[in-house]
Amino acid sequence: MIDTDTILEMTHINISFSGVHILKDADLVLKRGQVNILLGENGAGKSTLMKVLTGAYHKDSGEIRINGEPVTINNAADAEKNGISMIYQEFNLIPNLSVAENIFLGKELVGFGGKVDFEGMNREAQKILDRLHVAISPKTKVGKLGVAQQQMVEIAKALSVDAKIVIMDEPTSALTDEEIENLFAIVNEMKTHGVSIIYISHRLEEFKYVGDYVTTMRDGSTVGLTPIAEASHDRLVQLMVGREIKNQFPHVEQELGSELLRVSHLSNAHVHDVSLTVHAGEIVGIAGLMGAGRTEIARAIYGIDPIDEGEIFVAGKKVKVASPADAIAHHVGFVTENRRDEGLIMTLDINQNITLPALRAIQKNRLALSMQKERQVGAKFMHDLDIKAVNGRQKAGTLSGGNQQKVVIAKWLEAQPQILMMDEPTRGIDVGAKYEIYTIMNELKKHGVGILMISSELPEVIGMSDRILTMREGQLTGELDRGEATQEKIMTLATSEVE
Amino acid sequence: MESTQVKTPQRESVWRRLVSNNNFGVSIALIILLVAMAAFAPNFTTLNNIFNVLLQIAQVGTIAVGMTYVILTAGIDLSVGSIVAFDGLAMAMMMKTGVPVVLAILAGLVIGGAIGGLNGFLVAKLNLQPFVATLGTMTMFRGLAYTISGGQPVYTLPAAFDYLGGSIGVIPIPAILMVIVFIIGAYTLKYTKFGRHIYAIGGNAEASKLSGIKVKRNTAMVYIISGLCCAIAAVILTARLDSAVPTAADGIELDVIAAVAIGGTDMQGGKGAIFGTIIGALIMGVIANGLNLLDVAQGPQRFVKGVIIILAVVLQVIRNRK
Repeated sequence: MIDTDTILEMTHINISFSGVHILKDADLVLKRGQVNILLGENGAGKSTLMKVLTGAYHKDSGEIRINGEPVTINNAADAEKNGISMIYQEFNLIPNLSVAENIFLGKELVGFGGKVDFEGMNREAQKILDRLHVAISPKTKVGKLGVAQQQMVEIAKALSVDAKIVIMDEPTSALTDEEIENLFAIVNEMKTHGVSIIYISHRLEEFKYVGDYVTTMRDGSTVGLTPIAEASHDRLVQLMVGREIKNQFPHVEQELGSELLRVSHLSNAHVHDVSLTVHAGEIVGIAGLMGAGRTEIARAIYGIDPIDEGEIFVAGKKVKVASPADAIAHHVGFVTENRRDEGLIMTLDINQNITLPALRAIQKNRLALSMQKERQVGAKFMHDLDIKAVNGRQKAGTLSGGNQQKVVIAKWLEAQPQILMMDEPTRGIDVGAKYEIYTIMNELKKHGVGILMISSELPEVIGMSDRILTMREGQLTGELDRGEATQEKIMTLATSEVE
Repeated sequence: MESTQVKTPQRESVWRRLVSNNNFGVSIALIILLVAMAAFAPNFTTLNNIFNVLLQIAQVGTIAVGMTYVILTAGIDLSVGSIVAFDGLAMAMMMKTGVPVVLAILAGLVIGGAIGGLNGFLVAKLNLQPFVATLGTMTMFRGLAYTISGGQPVYTLPAAFDYLGGSIGVIPIPAILMVIVFIIGAYTLKYTKFGRHIYAIGGNAEASKLSGIKVKRNTAMVYIISGLCCAIAAVILTARLDSAVPTAADGIELDVIAAVAIGGTDMQGGKGAIFGTIIGALIMGVIANGLNLLDVAQGPQRFVKGVIIILAVVLQVIRNRK
């Protein structure tokens, strides 16, 4: 029996790709005006299930009912006809067009003689933006907006087609706390208008503010439907990974080695007078708000952004780093925040990505690379880091987020840096994969690598760092030892005035 | 993309690997084409004619190797025809003034490489769009070709030079040169660090830079390689005709790009291989040769060529969708 309040029901959805069973009898129920959190590890089948719903993939079997009626969704137009709209992690906005033009893309208001009615579009767009309480002008070019604002435009776009079911894929992954709060307010606003929302996320902490219940997926099947009141952190983790994770941050104590990195009075266009050190076997965490200049420190050390003043010492020796190639030559590695644009070559396969920074290591002779060594390196890391793929010849672009991140890390393990900078090393990946990445960091510590970790997740900074630096407006504002660090202390330092 | 995940790593079967090989489709197309021509075109299967096909595609094939490098970095080189014409004239005029053949050819290689270097400088250092930069040098060097020659052909070159346009037994020397360029080009791309860097840059220049690859230097390098291939093509063409003309190889860039595209190299960079380009050049050559034997006029021939290009790209799009 379906009660009248159920707007969407997906039952026994099955789908296979090239013989691999991806969705196995997956189910999903969505109530009118509620938020269903869709939770699961990378590769659990969340995105695939949503692509079935939006018509991007065709299911092998199963049924989709909307308002109790079976529907066929074969393409995006079918989805739209049924009031389904998806907001992707990677936005589908056109930077050169205005906010209003983006909102009405493909369904422009047309006046006399086929002339586009820009005024009308601006007016209508303004109405939607007002409803969302977003202070963006409809005439602004989307390219000039920040990530959070672009997301609001995406939401406005979904509302403009009168979507009844909105799917949000990791909507908070690029937002600051304040922006997240604003987003939640908007989600609640949408609910009161009768919009039902499927909300895909990894962030267990934020559900209670926005969700009504949680659907958990694992290995292509739906394993739990939990009302939010009963959705404790531990319970959800257990459902997701199928086992208990006792210690979320497996920090290990160990003696510090010699000083590996010393940055002294470094200044450039983004950071001012930054001095810091990293020792062998030490994880130094850098905390701060978005835009505080954390990534920019790493970029300067790595030779991406030019340095105006200051010096960098590696293992006691002063070095000049004018390019990433120089940094790598000095055994400095950088796991960048954005694996899609900066971390991986999506057209290359897993093996080729892993060996890229250190092709020297797989040289057969002075001329040629050894394809055999390359396969061996790839196979070793796929095994060690549990990278899930058909084989090492699979293109990086076809892997899930967590596996892509593991490939990025494998690449830097293969390059064997002495100093590894990691910018948001676990962003957008699930609990199980996070734990594996922490374990790798510990392994590196044991081998005497110094790690400079930048992270926006305070529990992670506190849980994994041996020492924590805080930043604000391009300057360091404080230093905390592992024992004394609390979220409050870090936030106080990260928001305190700089002299 | 979570769809491609599986629990256990597995080995692909030989058949699957063959089918999923990027060149599978075009290879089959070439085989079908060969069978059809053998069945219908008179004298197609004679040894003479087969070497004739190789001779006919020697220039396009040679230049297409360099073009494959350029296109793999998401670039394009429109100046190839002009480099061939200018370089051919330069070599011919040097020989006419008594410069020894070997020296003239070496100078020709240096000139080709240098013009490629100019393209590389414009694209990699000044960040000009490859299309526009090489459109500029294309026009410049066609102009220079007319200027240094006064619009007149330069002919009757030393016999030692013309020998390169001849053949050893039944095997045309231009075809041998092309095969050598193919082998070096394919080996370098597939098995060397430099080749890997080219794929990486075409796939994602920013990520390549952050992996320590010298993006600008490698990008400039592919245009130099293209220039060198043009110089070899200039030797082939000039020796075969025993003359250099300012109109030489006019519009050849389109045939070259077509061969690369038919061979499955992605115009957006990062994907493709020399093997595909070889097949692409062969397909173009077989069609031209077969249709000639069948007495098909130039008009319909061109039309068929166009259809083949589109079919090849459609094939690619379908493959990418899978």
